[in-house]
Amino acid sequence: MNLRAIIAVVRRDLVVVMGSRSVVLPALIVPAMLLVVLPALAGLAPVLLGSVSAADMFRVLEALPPEASERLTGDPGTQAAQLAVTYLLAPMILIVPVMFATVIAADALAGEKERGTLEGLLLTPLSDRELMVAKLAAAWVPAVVLGLAGSILYATVANIVVVPQTGRLILPTPEYAMMALWVGPTFAAAALGAIVLVSVRSNSTQEAFQLGGVVVLPVVVIVITQATGVVLLSVPLLLMSGLVALALAAVLLLIGSRALSRTRMGEKLG
Amino acid sequence: MQTPAPGEPLLVLDRVRKRFGTVVALDGLSLAVAPGEVVGLLGHNGAGKTTTVRLLAGLLAPESGTVRVGGGDPVTDGPDVRARMGVLPAALVVDGRLSARQNLRFAADVFGVPREGLATRIDATLALFELADRADEKVSGFSSGMRQRLSLARVLLPDPEVLLLDEPTSALDPVAARQVRRALARLAQDRRRTIVLCTHDLAEAELLCDRVVVLEQGRVVADGRPVELAAAHGTGGVQVEVASADVDRAVALLAEVSEREVDRDGNGRIRTTGLPREAIPPLVGRLVAEGVTLYEVRRLDPSLEDVYLALHAGRIGARGPAVDGEAADQGMGEVGGGRVEDVGRTVRP
Repeated sequence: MNLRAIIAVVRRDLVVVMGSRSVVLPALIVPAMLLVVLPALAGLAPVLLGSVSAADMFRVLEALPPEASERLTGDPGTQAAQLAVTYLLAPMILIVPVMFATVIAADALAGEKERGTLEGLLLTPLSDRELMVAKLAAAWVPAVVLGLAGSILYATVANIVVVPQTGRLILPTPEYAMMALWVGPTFAAAALGAIVLVSVRSNSTQEAFQLGGVVVLPVVVIVITQATGVVLLSVPLLLMSGLVALALAAVLLLIGSRALSRTRMGEKLG
Repeated sequence: MQTPAPGEPLLVLDRVRKRFGTVVALDGLSLAVAPGEVVGLLGHNGAGKTTTVRLLAGLLAPESGTVRVGGGDPVTDGPDVRARMGVLPAALVVDGRLSARQNLRFAADVFGVPREGLATRIDATLALFELADRADEKVSGFSSGMRQRLSLARVLLPDPEVLLLDEPTSALDPVAARQVRRALARLAQDRRRTIVLCTHDLAEAELLCDRVVVLEQGRVVADGRPVELAAAHGTGGVQVEVASADVDRAVALLAEVSEREVDRDGNGRIRTTGLPREAIPPLVGRLVAEGVTLYEVRRLDPSLEDVYLALHAGRIGARGPAVDGEAADQGMGEVGGGRVEDVGRTVRP
C-alpha cells in the first residue's frame, strides 16, 4: 500500500470538504440540535413541567426490562428524565456518523465527476484498491471521529442536565457505549457501501446524496422504535445490529469496488 | 515499467481495437514510440487521439490487441506505469477548491516526489509557470489559461519519463503557449523525455515533433517525420498579394487552378495550397492577362498543414462530399461520418 499517496488523497478530500459550506453548516447545526438541544430539553422537561405522576412512571417502569428499570432512580420526574436521555433519545448519536459518512463520501466520489477532476485522479499511480481505501478512509475516519465526539457531547449534556437530580452520572451505560463504539462505526461503514454504489450512477454530489439519503432510514427506525418503546435496545441486540451492518458494508463495498474499477470509470469519462 | 533494450520502443500499441458501444474509436491501431522520441498525434475530434492516450495510461482496456508501456501492461501494471508517466488530459487535472500550491503538493505526494527539497521544487515550478504570486489562492478564481498552466505544472513536477499531452496549449494565450512549447522542447532535447503530443496545432507539431502520426477513424493514415510527410504528401502552394480592388477576381482565378480552398486576408493577400510548382507561371500569366495588379508572388513550401489537408481531402474524396463545419464540431459519435476542419477564414467564390 502506498501510504503517502493514500494520506494525500484523504487530506485533499478533507480540505475540500471542510471548505464546503454546504457540508460544514449542516454538520454544525444538525449535531447541535440532536446532541445538545434535544437531550437538554428532554432532561429538563419532566422537572420543569412537573407533569410526571408516580402512577404514570410505574407503568413505564413495569414495561422496561429489569436491568433497565433498576437504573432509573429518584422521583418520577427524575426517572422520566433519565429514561428520555439514556434510552429514548440516545440512538440519536448514530445519526452523526451515518450523516457525515454519507455527505463526505458523496462529495469524495460523485463530487470528483461533478468537478471534472476524476480523470486527473485516475491518472495517478494509486492502484484501484488504494484509491478505494483512500476514498473510504476520507469519509469513514472523520465520520467515526465526529460520531464519537458527538457521543461524548451528548453524554456530557445529558449528565449536566440530569446529574443535579440524580447525584450520579447517568451516561455512558453499556448500551450507550455499544452504540458509540460499535454500532456507529459499523453503520457508517454500511452507509459508505451504499454511497459507493450510488456514486457509480450519479454525476453530482447532490444526486448521490439524495439517492444515498436512504441510508439514514435504518437509524431513524431505531430511534423511533426505541423512543416509542417498541424495541428497547440491549447489548446483544446492538451487537447483532453492528454485525449485520458490517456484513452489509462488506457486500456493498465489494460490489461497489468492482463497479468503480479504473477501466470502468475510464469508459464513462466521455 | 522497464527501460527498453536499445532499439526497442517504449510505447507500443499493436493492432488495438476499441469501441464505445457501437462507435469504433480505434480500429486496429498500431503505433510504436521510441525512448526520447516526440510524437505528434494529429486528427480531427473523434479520430482516436484521446482514446490512445487513455489506453496508454491504463484508463481503458483494449477490446483486442495489446498495449505496452516499457514492457508493462498499463491496466495490470497500472501503478508502476503511471508512476513514471505524466498525463495532461483534455479535462483539467487541478482541483478548483485547492490552492495552486496545495494542488502541486498533492501531485508530489501521490507521485512519490522526494520530500527533501520539495517546497523549493514546488516554488520553482510555480515560478516557471508564472504562478508564484497566486500560489496560495484557490484555483477556482484562476483564468482558464492559468488553470492550464497549473495543470501542466502538476504534470511536470514529478519529472516523468513519459509525457502524454492532450492539447497542452489549447487554452493558452500566445505568450504562454510559446513558453510551454519551449519547456517541452527543453524536456525533449535536454532530458530526452518521451512525449506523445495530441494537437490540432499543426505548426506546434511541426516545431516540436520528431514524428507525426495522423489518425482518422481510429487508424493511422500517415506516419513519419514532418519533412518526410511534406515531401511525400504535400504539394506546396502559392501566395499572391494583389490590389484590394482585384482580390475577388484573383480569388476566382486561384480557385479555378487549385484543388483546395483559397484563403484571403484583409490586406490583399491570397493563399492556396495543393498547387504544384509548375502551375505557378501560368497562374501569374493569367492574373496579369486579367489585369490584376500583382504586388508579390511567393511559392509556399509543403508544410504539415498542407500534408494534413491533402490527406484529409483524399479521405473525403474517397468517401463522398465534405460535410459542413457543424459536423466537424461533433464528437466521437460522428466517427463514421466525413468531416472537414472549419477553417473559418476560408472563402470559396
